[in-house]
Amino acid sequence: MNTTLPSKEDILLLLSEITDPEIPVITIIELGILRDVIWDGTLCTVVITPTYSGCPAMKVIEDDIKIKLKEVGINNVKIDLVYSPAWTTDWITDTAKEKLSAYGIAPPDHSTIDKGVLMGKPRNLKCPQCGSIHTEMISQFGSTACKALYRCLDCKEPFDYFKCL
Amino acid sequence: MTTQQAKYEYLLRLGDSSLIMGHRLSEWCGHGPILEEDIALINIALDFVGNATSLLTHAAQVEGKGRTEDDLAYLRNERDYRNLLLTEQPNGDFARTIARQFLYDVYTFFLYEELKNSKDETIAAIAAKSHKEITYHLRHTTEWMLRLGDGTPESHQRVQTALNELWMFTSDLFDMNEVDALLITEGVAVDLDKVKEQWEKRVTAVISEATLLVPTTNVKQKGSREGKHSEHLGFLLAEMQYIPRSYPDAKW
Repeated sequence: MNTTLPSKEDILLLLSEITDPEIPVITIIELGILRDVIWDGTLCTVVITPTYSGCPAMKVIEDDIKIKLKEVGINNVKIDLVYSPAWTTDWITDTAKEKLSAYGIAPPDHSTIDKGVLMGKPRNLKCPQCGSIHTEMISQFGSTACKALYRCLDCKEPFDYFKCL
Repeated sequence: MTTQQAKYEYLLRLGDSSLIMGHRLSEWCGHGPILEEDIALINIALDFVGNATSLLTHAAQVEGKGRTEDDLAYLRNERDYRNLLLTEQPNGDFARTIARQFLYDVYTFFLYEELKNSKDETIAAIAAKSHKEITYHLRHTTEWMLRLGDGTPESHQRVQTALNELWMFTSDLFDMNEVDALLITEGVAVDLDKVKEQWEKRVTAVISEATLLVPTTNVKQKGSREGKHSEHLGFLLAEMQYIPRSYPDAKW
């Protein structure tokens, strides 16, 4: 029987297979939800941070992590939910942004929200369907907490926008 | 009063207000005036409930009696609740919901901005997280205040009536007692006089831009700090707590 313990790198590689339950094309590492893994050979502490305070996907992600680790024989798992530093769309990797776009979700186009978000006009986003920038916001709140709803005025298709946070 | 007791009280105020606000908004689920607005109100409700979970988890830890955030949410009666009176007021029509939400969003926008500097690291972290979300909430309700106030005679009249009726609950937002006194010295809590100044300035500006009038009533309802609520909270809790109280071991 092979009793070699997996390394921290092995664990990270394993956890990089877990995707966001609501956006199944990007992983929790690409999204910046997985912050750290602390592995001492007996206890595996997985540090994660929520995108939005009430994101219902967090519970599913916690379960997915436990199931994945169980597959390699790690049963003693602790999930640490941290709020600081607060999650930001800046942590979404460029590869993930490309994947989002290909999936039909316009990726966040600028970094952290500024004062302009309070009263300012939303900018014209590129439609992930046809590429037109002739688009308009329908609602600041979309199908999940992290998205806003837009529509393309050229191809007439609605699309989600992963809003900046 | 010890710092621990004061902190527990303070966390209940913040957490309970978010929870009750979230629950009230969730009542709109499936009833929004348009689909997008239905989704928006529920999205915002979700932010509040998530924020309440973090705050009440911390409250339970500070209390140190082995209770969980669910125990605090589902097994306390209205006199033990410390949510602001404004948050428990019924939804009424859409204008009333928006007016209530706007008054509360401006409050939390400035309050949480200050709480980011709290010496309690968990409070500071939760505040930093939530403040980003509140920025979106406030933008949303500000836009609606302008649309309704500067809209049709009907929408104008409805949102003005809502403001007039809700105004008496706004002094409760800034009420301070020995909990605040102790925690302000310790750098944990925020001086609400400071928040009040910013709140009045922003609220007045938006109300004026929306062609509405700042209510002039002198009637003030306070009491949330001592758990003295309007009659509405009991009904809300009866609904919210029904399942966990009827089936104490239920898991879902």
